[in-house]
Amino acid sequence: MSRLTVPKTYKLFIGGAFPRSESGRTYEVTSASGGFLANAAKASRKDARDAVVAARGAVAGWAGATAYNRGQVLYRIAELLEGRRAQFVAEIEEAEGVSRAAAGAQVDEAIDRWVWYAGWADKFAQVAGNANPVAGPYFNLSVPEPTGVVAIVAPQDSALLGLVSAVAPALVAGNAVVVVASERFPLSAISLAEVLATSDVPKGVVNVLTGSPAEIAPWLASHADVNALDLVGAGALDWIDLEIAAADTLKRVHRPEQGADAAAPSLERIVGFTETKTVWHTKSLR
Amino acid sequence: MSFLEYAPAPESRAILSLRDRYGLFIDGEFVDGRGTPFQTISPANEERIAEIASANAEDVADAVAAARRAYERVWSKMSGRDRGKYLFRIARLVQERARELAVAESLDNGKPIKESRDVDVPLVAAWFFYYAGWADKLDHAGLGADPRALGVAGQVIPWNFPLLMLAWKIAPALAAGNTVVLKPAETTPLTALLFAEILQQAELPAGVVNIVTGAGETGAALVAADVDKVAFTGSTGVGRAIAKQVAGTQKKVTLELGGKAANIVFDDAPIDQAIEGIVNGIFFNQGHVCCAGSRLLVQESIHDEVVDRLKQRLSTLRLGDPLDKNTDIGAINSAAQLARIRELSDVGVAEGAERWSAPCELPAEGFWFAPTIFTGVETSHRIAREEVFGPVLSVLSFRTPQEAIAKANNTPYGLSAGIWSDKGSRILAVADQLRAGVIWANTFNRFDPASPFGGYKESGYGREGGRHGLGAYLAPAASRSARAARAVEASAAPAAKTRPAAKADAEAKPAPAKRSRRTSKSAEKGAAK
Repeated sequence: MSRLTVPKTYKLFIGGAFPRSESGRTYEVTSASGGFLANAAKASRKDARDAVVAARGAVAGWAGATAYNRGQVLYRIAELLEGRRAQFVAEIEEAEGVSRAAAGAQVDEAIDRWVWYAGWADKFAQVAGNANPVAGPYFNLSVPEPTGVVAIVAPQDSALLGLVSAVAPALVAGNAVVVVASERFPLSAISLAEVLATSDVPKGVVNVLTGSPAEIAPWLASHADVNALDLVGAGALDWIDLEIAAADTLKRVHRPEQGADAAAPSLERIVGFTETKTVWHTKSLR
Repeated sequence: MSFLEYAPAPESRAILSLRDRYGLFIDGEFVDGRGTPFQTISPANEERIAEIASANAEDVADAVAAARRAYERVWSKMSGRDRGKYLFRIARLVQERARELAVAESLDNGKPIKESRDVDVPLVAAWFFYYAGWADKLDHAGLGADPRALGVAGQVIPWNFPLLMLAWKIAPALAAGNTVVLKPAETTPLTALLFAEILQQAELPAGVVNIVTGAGETGAALVAADVDKVAFTGSTGVGRAIAKQVAGTQKKVTLELGGKAANIVFDDAPIDQAIEGIVNGIFFNQGHVCCAGSRLLVQESIHDEVVDRLKQRLSTLRLGDPLDKNTDIGAINSAAQLARIRELSDVGVAEGAERWSAPCELPAEGFWFAPTIFTGVETSHRIAREEVFGPVLSVLSFRTPQEAIAKANNTPYGLSAGIWSDKGSRILAVADQLRAGVIWANTFNRFDPASPFGGYKESGYGREGGRHGLGAYLAPAASRSARAARAVEASAAPAAKTRPAAKADAEAKPAPAKRSRRTSKSAEKGAAK
């Protein structure tokens, strides 16, 4: 005898809460075979701006946490994702229409990338920074610091792995993130938000918007309180216009990538969302 | 007779053997420009120094083509060791001709000879010496084994440190294996052209460095040309325009833009050093410094004492002939800059700040502005927000470290900051909180080729100096961005609306297309409302 299932309402993830879009809009998400999966929230300009406010509020605490602590929090995400592995495999299988094995491989790789990036949190500064032997009696040190609020258009062709690959490196250094999920596969993004909400990630450090990247990205690209724009998943959008809009406040812009290599794990992706700060201090016996 | 009265001790101009006219330096030779030539003058007395050729877009294209040829045929094939040897040669030649370069710099720019002689030119030599050693050690630059050069770098530099900014740009570019087209500032082309002669003496292969003089249009043409890297130092406004211009291309960009640095003085600061540091911070090079400490944040309890002592100190600064070895404050670089400084100073008064200028006599000819302090400045005043780029200091006060940090960060800029305190733990904690790329603790305006320099936020991106500055001219062997660019190109080819990774020759034509797309989009927005 079959049991009647209890479907989930998928909402946005802003400031640690799960609100519906303030616009009241949703859009239908279907499976690969065209069946109804859910009505996902269709985020508006106001939602995007709320997400930026939440992210800005979270930067100081997250960037100010010790690197050891950030590493443990990111590792904790991997732990919780592992525990909900079956849920994600089923979601991806349905949404992307891939085999169980392929969906499983995607989830496994996503988990392993969290682990990989978690390990970088208290190391990347040692690789990306250095002492500088200046010609004078000065202690001089260069260290990477988080850029601040990073807006991301997640890779559009995967439900989970692309999103994780884009979000995790930005978090390592202490940035707060507003990410626009894959338009076609938004449900795993919100399920991931549930993992984030319960894995010691402070409120506002990650904010997830679902809906139309073409509609939301311009508001993020032109938002004066966004410091960096990762267009990794924006290859199909008018991304040159986004880059031009971002130039108004000289945001750091990362251009689109596509294919299997998109947002591949790299130290470059961590350092790409940092600013090098160089501190000079006088030395004296007096 | 006060100690301020002194016998003039001008550095001799006889060391210079300037030509009456200078051409563009393209492919190892001086050639005529196709634009209208202009005169470069001494800002100290408005006297003509020489006629300078102006490069139009075709000249720029010629220079870029020469650089491309030199890159493909010579420079990219040369061993790092030999590239380094050329840079060492250049460093030595700069040292040999140091005095001549210093005199030329002070003449053309207006800065005091003691600064060009003791700061600018020695740093130029140091910059080439430092990066020379990197040329055969690129595997250790932090980008993995066998990093590759980017190709041709287009570089546009400002007038405040003409030769030093040239060195900041050219030395790392060549060490990393790139070739260069550089555009000096319109008002200060002279030392770049003397530098071209040094390159001839060094027998640097033709086309590896090309120098195109001209005004803003020449720079814009260079940014738009077939270059792989754009490096710019100058105003945030122009930096923004460049960022828009290169959007959608694969050009790598470094921007060193404006600043409005806070110089924070705590009540336990070593006050004598702090006074000297504040003066150096804002009056060095007439305040024509992007990282100048133009916002003084003084702890309230010592505010009056600091302001009094600053006024005393400024009253002893000697303003006058840049070539005089006694001169502390030289000439403002141009009439346009002087007008800007005057305008913002008038605004300061109009907005309610109190103005005090050092009681010094200004020469009748040339462009001059007395060292000036504004007290009672509020964070909303334009002189607390906008870059004056002149010898004008805005003084604000604070009570707690938290307030100092909040005020210091209350700016769209983020280039530099200063902290003065005898308490090391507080210095480090404050330094952690300041959103600026360079922080000087108990010192200010220090520069070194080993030390990365560059801004946060709207002060630009990328670093110059040190290992980080080298990375700005390199890409990893199997570049992620190159791979991804290919992927984007391949997949976007059928989609007409996305302009893929433009290879240079496509650069000129997409502009109208871009505009029409934007128009249609704003029309949509209008309709949606």
